[in-house]
Parts: sequence; structure tokens; C-alpha cells
Amino acid sequence: MRPDWTIYLTFLGAGLILLLPRDAKNLIRWVALATGLAGLTVGLTGYFHYNDSFRDLIARTGSGFWHVVNVPWIPAIGAHYHLALDGINFPLVILNGFVCVTGILFSWNIETRTKEFFAFFLTLIAGVYGVFMAMDLFLLFVFYELAIIPKYFIIAIWGSTRKEYGAMKLVLYSFVGSALVFIGMLAIFFAAGGHSFDLLELAKTPVGRQVQIWVFPLIFAGFAVLAGMWPFHTWAPTGHVAAPTAASMLLAGVVMKLGSYGCFRAAMLLMPAGLEYWKWTIAVLAVIGIIYGAAVALVQKDFKFIIGYSSVSHMGFVLLGLATLNVTGMSGAVLQMFSHGIVASLLFAVVGRMVYDRTHTRQLDELGGLAKVIPFAAVTFVIAGAASMGMPGFSGFVAEIQVLIGAFQMSPWLAVSAAVGIPVTVAYILNALNKVFLDRDDAGHHGDGQDAHPTLPPISLPEIVAGVVLMALLVIIGLYPSIMLDMIKANVELFLKGLP
Amino acid sequence: MNYVGLFSALSAEAVVVLAAIMALTLDLAGLRNAAPARRRRIVGGFAGLGLLVAVVPLWTLWGSGSLALAHGTVVVNDLTRLFKMVVLTLSFLTVIISLDYDVGGHIGEYFATLLFGTVGMMVLVSTEELLTLFVALELTSLSLYILTAFHKSALRSQEAAVKYFMFGAISSAFLLFGLSYIVGVTGATNLRALAAPATPLLSVGLLFVLVGLGFKVAVVPFHLWAPDAYEGAPTPVTAFIATGSKVASFFVLTKLLVVGFAGLAGAAFWGNFVPGWVMIVALTGAASMVLGNAAAIVQSNVKRLLAYSSIAHAGYIFVGLAAATNYGVSAVLFYVIVYALANLGAFGVVAVLASRAGGEELKNFDGMARRSPLLSLLLLVFVLSLAGIPPLGGFFGKFYLFAAAIQRDSVNFGLLWLVVIAILMSAVSLYYYLIVLKHVYVHESDGERIRTPGYLNLTLAVIALAVVGMGVWPEPILALLKCLVERL
Repeated sequence: MRPDWTIYLTFLGAGLILLLPRDAKNLIRWVALATGLAGLTVGLTGYFHYNDSFRDLIARTGSGFWHVVNVPWIPAIGAHYHLALDGINFPLVILNGFVCVTGILFSWNIETRTKEFFAFFLTLIAGVYGVFMAMDLFLLFVFYELAIIPKYFIIAIWGSTRKEYGAMKLVLYSFVGSALVFIGMLAIFFAAGGHSFDLLELAKTPVGRQVQIWVFPLIFAGFAVLAGMWPFHTWAPTGHVAAPTAASMLLAGVVMKLGSYGCFRAAMLLMPAGLEYWKWTIAVLAVIGIIYGAAVALVQKDFKFIIGYSSVSHMGFVLLGLATLNVTGMSGAVLQMFSHGIVASLLFAVVGRMVYDRTHTRQLDELGGLAKVIPFAAVTFVIAGAASMGMPGFSGFVAEIQVLIGAFQMSPWLAVSAAVGIPVTVAYILNALNKVFLDRDDAGHHGDGQDAHPTLPPISLPEIVAGVVLMALLVIIGLYPSIMLDMIKANVELFLKGLP
Repeated sequence: MNYVGLFSALSAEAVVVLAAIMALTLDLAGLRNAAPARRRRIVGGFAGLGLLVAVVPLWTLWGSGSLALAHGTVVVNDLTRLFKMVVLTLSFLTVIISLDYDVGGHIGEYFATLLFGTVGMMVLVSTEELLTLFVALELTSLSLYILTAFHKSALRSQEAAVKYFMFGAISSAFLLFGLSYIVGVTGATNLRALAAPATPLLSVGLLFVLVGLGFKVAVVPFHLWAPDAYEGAPTPVTAFIATGSKVASFFVLTKLLVVGFAGLAGAAFWGNFVPGWVMIVALTGAASMVLGNAAAIVQSNVKRLLAYSSIAHAGYIFVGLAAATNYGVSAVLFYVIVYALANLGAFGVVAVLASRAGGEELKNFDGMARRSPLLSLLLLVFVLSLAGIPPLGGFFGKFYLFAAAIQRDSVNFGLLWLVVIAILMSAVSLYYYLIVLKHVYVHESDGERIRTPGYLNLTLAVIALAVVGMGVWPEPILALLKCLVERL
């Protein structure tokens, strides 16, 4: 089955769930899971098919694209229904599939309005698949905005902690971001002659330098809002904290990648001169984001806010890697998108599902000693935390070291400043590990974890399955990165040669 | 003059007038003592049937070329046929929504007035002669004033009608006064014969006409009547004012400005403002978008909120009009259609649900997603289309409008300032549209499940499908409009 069926199958699943009776909750969950698995399977088969042949493809066609479908959609404005895959968006499609399936497993315990939850969830997933595959600026924008609205409802209905505020803030930030993209998109379309929105067509004939210099920041910043770039990141912690588990997994794991992917695919591909002009600004903002996110995470009292700010910090590595404009740095950035997607999903699953749903608190001071009560959660947190702090052997290491090497080539100062974020990351992860999972004799009132949380429900099977899948991915990519890195590198090289 | 030709050109209008008179007679003669609900169904069904029959002559003559009779008093071509069909469709949908709505005891009069208003809009769409234009506008407006007052016992409805009438009468005076100048200067009453040198007197005439028509389409600063009229009128009438009358008024305004006053266009490029109607349109449009969206944020009544939102939408439409190109005109016409459908759908859902939930305040819609899942889903579609979220028609319409404004000057991006305001204001509008949906989807209530008649569910679902269709596959209607506008 062609990879574009990920989109259609997921939409179909959402539609099917709408037709089911609302009391058949188990049936709804299974339909959602089947939909998620179907999407993932279609994506994975395509991935391995492509992985086998991408060198031939590049040798034969000179570009790394597998054009899945390309038909005129709205000829009046030159919009095409053009979906294509290459080494850069394929890992993200796979990521979306994994986060979708594990997100559904971690949401197995949702009892209120189950039907609507999974319908909104799958609509969001389908939109994200569309953004990653779209190779037409107009189509990309359509999918991008389509993915905004379900987030509002998921957070506002099933969230916690100032959920309506967090949801509205998130949606308005994304929408203002997409308004900037909209303006930039119209400008670049007409500046290029107004014939086609096809990204590859537009990339062939870049618009004039002056236009690029003012349009580039519009499109880049518009997408970077969603990527959590400092100083547009403030929606991220509040949004992540307010969201229910599956939604925070999706937000941090996938939706933030929509932003960085959009920066790459729309802004950087179409406007090389603008990129050249603005790359230092981006790199500096990214480094600020890395250090700021990590530093703020260090002083948080709420377990989920720690993870929320850590996402801002790690997305800084993605943006820094993209701005380096060399093969090592950019490949590292793309791999970091995948790696952080998995890490963030795992961390939010630990915080939201394994801990908060059981203890109903996320305050570090009120938690403690959970390693004895729910050891699986502790193990998961240690592994995800290790990947997050860049421990060798996990995917985070491979990604971040490449970003740092790339940044070093651009300017040693950038690399050194960004590297400051790493020890701080180690500090906040260990701090959280200590306060939440280990005994704290000095605190007195939870000298013994068993007393603080005497009867927590055990970790359920769906949680174990989902947790193990995600942890396995971290290790596989960590030990055998070339399974993904080869094709990322091949396409980054093409990009840097000026071939899209 | 060939009266047979004239009659055949106006056969659709004739059918509607006939249906109106027959509906009135039917109600007066046979149904005085029947229960109101039954009377509404029979008389309304008859009126709806009349509107459907009126489509037949338009449909059969589709593509049969263009014809201007009696010095442009009646112009029939495919573009006017298309818009007559749009008006008939909107009127038909209003009739369907009215079947379920308590409009008081004067049921025959209600439907007959509705049909007379429809005739006014149809003539408005098909005329190119200034005096006929005025008469048609008056026929439309007078019908709408009467319809607004149909909640006979509600003081609010009376107040709304008086306010609407006062503002409308003054705007008509402006319009007529402006037309008198124009006719006096150019010596012509036909749109296409207005090509006269731009004298101050002609400019004054144009200004007065713009003021008069600005009232009809409710742009800032001529919008003051709209919120009260929308809130006070029976909801189906509100829907009709917000859609049918808007479609006809925008159509005639666009034609008047682009065809009749092409020589007085001027420009509204950033740093290069040339006096003319484009400048006025751009400035009033910008003001409407800002004020309409800002005022809508604080509303607690759904109809009032939609009233301010439609002021903002008039502003968006003016962005396309300010382009003053064929591209812009087809964008305006596309947007008017998709806006009318989404707005009619939204008012339809409000009419159906509010009468059962006990009010039109936002809080009456709490928990509606559980009480009436289907209509809530449809409301979601309509409201998100108004907000301009893809893949719905409203998104594509807005895109096309803004693209037209950019395309006007794609070298220096002279109209970008207007587009920036429009896009940022769309982001603001998402806030209050989401507030509506928040009440429907997020808030809980312990109200009973609401049962709604099947024919209404079906009608509203069809409108929603059309709204989705115009976003997912806009090409057919876009290509049609583009081709028709070329021959404007």
C-alpha cells in the first residue's frame, strides 16, 4: 500500500469511530488502536522499501524524492495534491506512527467521552501525516491548519491544570504563527510568478534576494512558533502541562516537529539567500533556547513543567542543527527530531500516565519513593532520561553530538555555549529522578515510599507494551543509527548542493 | 419594447411572485383555523416548492447566451442566472428553517413577504439600470424590515425593526441622492454608459452611493443597525438578512463599482493612495475587520456575535474588492457564496437549538455536543468555515480573496498592508469562534437530549457538505466564476 494511505486510513478510522455508539468504549479503543497500527504498518513497509532503494533513486533521478502522488488539485491557483517522501520526512512519518500507537495505548484508561477523544486524536494524527508528506506549499498549509483545531478540544476537554487557558494559548499561538506563514506564502507565490505552489517548482526558481530577506523570517518564525523556538516558546510548557498524556506526547513528540520540519521544508528550501542572511540569528536564538529551557527546567516544582521546558531546550538543538548548514549538523538535527519525539513521548507518558494518573499530584515535594511502588515507571524514566541527557548508546547521543560538531564547524563559540545545556539537563533529570522515584530520608515525611503512596494501581499491560516499544526504539537508533542516518545524510547532502 | 421577451427573461421572478400570492391566498382562504405548526408546514412547503420551480427556467436557459432588455433594465446571462439560483437556494433554505420556527400567527404574510424579498434580490442581481436597481433594493429592504418585526409580542423585535428601518431609510436617501447626481452628470441611467470624466460632482455622487450601499452590506462605519437587527429579528429572518440580502447587495455593489466606475477607481497601495472608491473600500474594509472582530469577542449572545462576525466578513470581502481586478471579482463572488452558506448553516443550527434550549445566549449552548451531537458537529463545520480553517470552504474563500489583493501588485506588494490586517484579524476571530465551540463541546450540562426534526438535520447536513466540498474541491465553481467574470 502506498504511504499516502497513512493519511486516508487514519481519517477513515476517525470517521468510523464517530459512527460507533458512545458506550462501546472498548470497541472504540480497539478501532483506534487498529487504525494506529495500520498507519504505522503502511509507513514502516514504505520505509523499508525506500531504505533499500534510496541510493538507486538518487543515482537515477538526481533527487531523493519518492513521489507518491502528484495530481493537479486547484489549477486556478496552481495548487497540487503532491505527496512525496525522502530521507528527511520519512523518519518523521514513522515517528508519527509510533507516537500515535503508543499514545493510544497510554490513553487506554480514558473513560470520559472516549469516542470524541479518539476521533479528535486520529484527526490530529492524520493532519500531521499530511504535513510531513505534503510537497506543495498550499497543501502543507492546509494540513498544518487542519492539525491545529483538534488540539484545542483534546486539551480543553481532557486536560488538567488551567486546561482552557492552556488550550486557547496553544491554539492562538499556532494560529498567529500560521498567519505569518500565510502572508509569507502568498508573497513568495506571487513573487515567483504565481504559477505553482509546488515546493520543488518554487525551489527551482528562487525569488529575488530582497524578497527572500523579508519573507524568510515570516515563514520561518511562523513555523518556529510551533517548534518552541525562544522567545516564541511560552505556549509549550503551559500547553504540555494542560494536555492529557496522549496529547502532551503528541505535542512534544510530533507537533513541535511539525514546526521545525516546516522551517526546513518551506523556509529553508525555498529561500537560500534568506537563510544565509538569517542563519546567525537563528543559531543564536536556538542556543538561547537550549540554555534557557534547561535552566528553567532545573528550578521547576511541577514534574510535568520540567519535561515541558526540557522540550524547549531539546528543540533548540534541532534549530541549531538546521542553522549550521553543514551535513553533520543538519543530519543531527533531523535525527534529533526523531529522537526527541520518542524521548519526549516516553517522559510525558511517565509523568502524565504512570505517575499523575495514579498519584493525582505532580509536585516534586509531594512525590517520592515511587521506584518501589511502580518500578517500571522508574526504569522507563531512567532510560528516557539517559537518552534525553545524551548518554552514549541512546539515540539522543548520536543526534546531539552531531549537532554540536556541526555547530563547532560553524563557530566554536556556538558549540561551547550549546554544550552548557547538557550538564544542566543531567542535573534536572537526576533531580527529578531523585525526588520522584527515590527515597528521600532527609525529607522525613516520605522516608518510606510505601507509606507515602501505599496503594497505587500496578502498571497496566498497555503501558508496558507502549513503554517497551518506545524504549526499544531509543536503543535501536542509539546502537545502529545508520538505519536512519544514511538516508537522512543522503538527502541533506542533496539539499546542501542546491538540489531539493 | 418586446413584452413577451421581457416576461420570459423574468419568468423566474414571475414564478416567485405567483407563489407568494398563492401562499398568501392559501393561508387566508383555507388555513385560518388550523394549528400554527400545520399552517407553517403547508404554507411554507408551498412557498418552498415555488422557489424550487423558479429554478427551472433558469436551469433550462443555462448557457443560452446573454440578453439585455429595455436598456439594461433586465440583463440575463449566466452570471446573473447563477446568482439568481444562489439567492433562490438561500431563500429556500430560509423557508426550510422557518418551518420549525415560531413566527407568530401571520404565517401566510410571513412567507409571502419572504418571497417578495427574494424577488427584490433577484431583480437586483439582474439589473444594470440605476433606477431599477434602486427600486429592487427598496423592495428587498422593505420586505426585510417587515420580517424583522415578526416577533410581534417581543419588544426587542419591534425595536430592531424600527432601528433597521430608520437606518435603512436614511441609507436609501443617500443612495437616491447620489444616483441623482450621477444621472445628472452623465445623463445616463445605465451602468455601462457612466464613463464620464471624473468631475467633482460625479465623485460626490459616487461617495453618496457608497454610503448608501455601505449601510446595506453593513461595513464600518455604517454597521450600527446590524447587531440590534440581527439579535431582535426572528432567527430565520436574521439568517436571510445575513445571507441572501448580503449576496445580492455585494453582487450589485461589485458590478456597480468595477463596471460602472472603473474610471474612478483610484488606488490604495501602501504609500501611494490615489483618491477613488478603491481607497474608500480598503479603508472601510480595514475598519470593519478590526472593529467587527474586536466587538465580537465580548458578545455573550450567539446571534449578536454572528452579527459582529458578519461585519468583519464584509471587511474581508472588501479586501478582494479593493483589488479591482477580474481575479478580485471572482474571489469576491466565490467568498460571498461560501460565506452565505456557512452563515445560513450557523444561523440554522442556532434557530433549531435555541428554541429548544431556551435562549440564544452562549450559556444555553453548554454541553450541546452531548445533547445534540449531529447539529453540534454541523455547527463546528459552519463556525470553523467562518473562521477560515481548512479544508472548509471559508478557508479557501479567504485565501482566494487575499491572493487577489496580493496579485493586484505582485512587484511592490502594495496591498500587503490590507492583507496583513485581514490575516491577523482572522487569527483574532478564531478566539471567539472557539469560545462558541467551547460552550458546545467543552462545557458540560445536565440538560436532556434534544430531538430535532429529520428534515432539518438533513438540510443542514447538506449545507455542511457543500461548505466542505467548496473547500476540498473548489475548482469547478472557481473555473465557472472565472469564466463568467471575464464576460462581466
